[in-house]
Amino acid sequence: MSVAQAGRRVPRSQRERSTASLKHRLAERGIDGSLLMLLPAVVFTVVLFIYPFTYGIGLTFQPAFWIQDQWGADAFANYRAFFGDPFIFDSIYLTMRLALPVALFNVLASIPVAYKLRHRFRGKKLLTTLLVLPITLGTVLTAQGLLIFAGRQGWLNRFLMSIGLVDEPLQLVNNYWGVVFSLVISGFPFAFLLITSYLSGIDPSIEAAARTMGANWVQRFRRVVLPLLAPGLATTFILTFVLAFSVFPSARLVGDAMGETRVMSLMAFRAFGEQNDYPMASTIAVMMGLVELVVIAVVLLWRSFMYKGSTGGKG
Amino acid sequence: MAIAAGRFESLELQGVGRSFGGQTALADLDLTVRAGEFIALLGPSGCGKSTALNCIAGLLPLTHGQILIDGSRVDTVPAENRGFGMVFQNYALFPHLSVEKNIAFGLQMRKVPRDEVRRRVAEAVALVKLEQHAKKLPGQLSGGQQQRVAIARAVVTEPRLVLMDEPLSNLDAKLRLEMRTEIRRLHQSLGLTTIYVTHDQEEALSMADRLVVLRDGRVQQVGTPEQLHNDPVNWHVADFMGYRNLVDLTVSSVEGGVVTVEGQGIRLHGTAPEPVAVGSAVRVAIRPEDLVVVSPAHPQVGGNAVGATVVTVEYHGREFAVGVTTPQGQLLHVHADHPPVVGSPVDLTADPARVLVYPVDAADTGALSLEERELEEVRR
Repeated sequence: MSVAQAGRRVPRSQRERSTASLKHRLAERGIDGSLLMLLPAVVFTVVLFIYPFTYGIGLTFQPAFWIQDQWGADAFANYRAFFGDPFIFDSIYLTMRLALPVALFNVLASIPVAYKLRHRFRGKKLLTTLLVLPITLGTVLTAQGLLIFAGRQGWLNRFLMSIGLVDEPLQLVNNYWGVVFSLVISGFPFAFLLITSYLSGIDPSIEAAARTMGANWVQRFRRVVLPLLAPGLATTFILTFVLAFSVFPSARLVGDAMGETRVMSLMAFRAFGEQNDYPMASTIAVMMGLVELVVIAVVLLWRSFMYKGSTGGKG
Repeated sequence: MAIAAGRFESLELQGVGRSFGGQTALADLDLTVRAGEFIALLGPSGCGKSTALNCIAGLLPLTHGQILIDGSRVDTVPAENRGFGMVFQNYALFPHLSVEKNIAFGLQMRKVPRDEVRRRVAEAVALVKLEQHAKKLPGQLSGGQQQRVAIARAVVTEPRLVLMDEPLSNLDAKLRLEMRTEIRRLHQSLGLTTIYVTHDQEEALSMADRLVVLRDGRVQQVGTPEQLHNDPVNWHVADFMGYRNLVDLTVSSVEGGVVTVEGQGIRLHGTAPEPVAVGSAVRVAIRPEDLVVVSPAHPQVGGNAVGATVVTVEYHGREFAVGVTTPQGQLLHVHADHPPVVGSPVDLTADPARVLVYPVDAADTGALSLEERELEEVRR
């Protein structure tokens, strides 16, 4: 901030002219040779994101003939089809029904584990590794494992039947629950890692202070740790929600692709891959993004009421 | 004044110790604190003073010994039930709560009725003169103000004991002096019992009723500021108490109370707090203010005279800190009223009562020569 800005506003003509060179003055505003380092990122963004994205949005306003026949011959036929066709429109609800509970579970289940794992103890590394390991498994591998483990003839069902706990094999895959399990397996390590790092950003002496002031662990958690952690929880929720919302392979492999796990990404793929309707697929993709943005906006709004400043730790 | 200290007669630490893995951070700490006392735990970093404080607070479990208040054990009581107040080095204020709510926290945990919480918080805020800032978040306050909040928060619950962990080390010099007086004032007006950890000997000397000097997890000396200042029990304590001149010499004779030491071209008469044998290696400790330049105002005393050459002169306001070297190259620190000319020869003298002679145990890190030790410090 220049002196003129800091004090009373001085008209431009009366301001003392800087004697520094133009190069120097530009550099002071952050314009210099090092800006070139941003070039790869700019190229990357334009070529791989901005151009295809705007192209895709453009496509949504060029509906295919059969869509125009059914939903009216103008640029918005795709959107009318999206909201008018219950087979497509219901996929919003079906995706939400998966993504919201899964994201919520991943965040809520990570909190106590991460909270407990803050302190040093024997076997902490091993436990952390075990918890994070699933992140290295691909979705397909997870799906395959789930089918073998939890399928009708899987080990789990055979075990449960052999000990007489159930008479019929439980239907754990190829339905809603199969996808939930798969999303938790891949999403939990992610949420856990993030929350662990947010927790380590809270200075332990703050909690120690609460302790010397007479707060038991429940009070310390509720009154001190949770409020400081809340913004981190919101961010973690958003990330795991976005991960779960765009679920595709597991919805197909361990879900019920045309039934209760008919998620939006599957619908987009169906339009593109089976019906060759690129504009409709783009429309579904754009709507997917919009729905996610609405959820993110709500979470960020909630987050804006939280304390977001320094938490004193090693960040 | 409605805020007053909780009452007890005495707090006793019996053989308190704490080890981390195989490392002993604190060993055999015995101390009896009487109600209303201001005790300073003093020592260089890593000496175990913060460990001791955390053990008393209950934030670290003891590995040895016990802590008693009026005869009943408190070391088995969890930290949240001990009813001690603590001020942390980094203040550890709740960053998401306003000043008022930070101070109210402890009262709310104790289920104090709402009206009383409001009244006592207002009193505590007034006590530390933060009325203007009561609604602000800690992040909006300066270091000194945050410090006041931390203190108000620790005393508002009327604790039996207030623990302070280097509370002034993050403040600038001027503010530190102000807060010293402030803490001392609160201690006296509220009748608190305080245990105060610091590495600053001046701070400890000026504030505490009694000092506990720690080194390598062990108590070196317990005593009043005067005792520690004038009669350190060993050269480690002397070193820590500002005896900047530590010279390795040899005992040449012992006559009654006077010990004569020689070496490096220096011959001095001094006093030994514990007996030393003729011929043994000793370390002689002299404070810069006790080693004076001979002048008409300061005649030679007790037959002590050392010739030296002035190498450095630093202006310290009222007086000058002068660095001199003896012909054998021994560096000495001296105070003088008038600045001597650099390069000029001076005669130094010191009262034999203020020349303290300590035996050197071979196991000490002091087995290193002083130069080596100074180099170590520089490297650090």
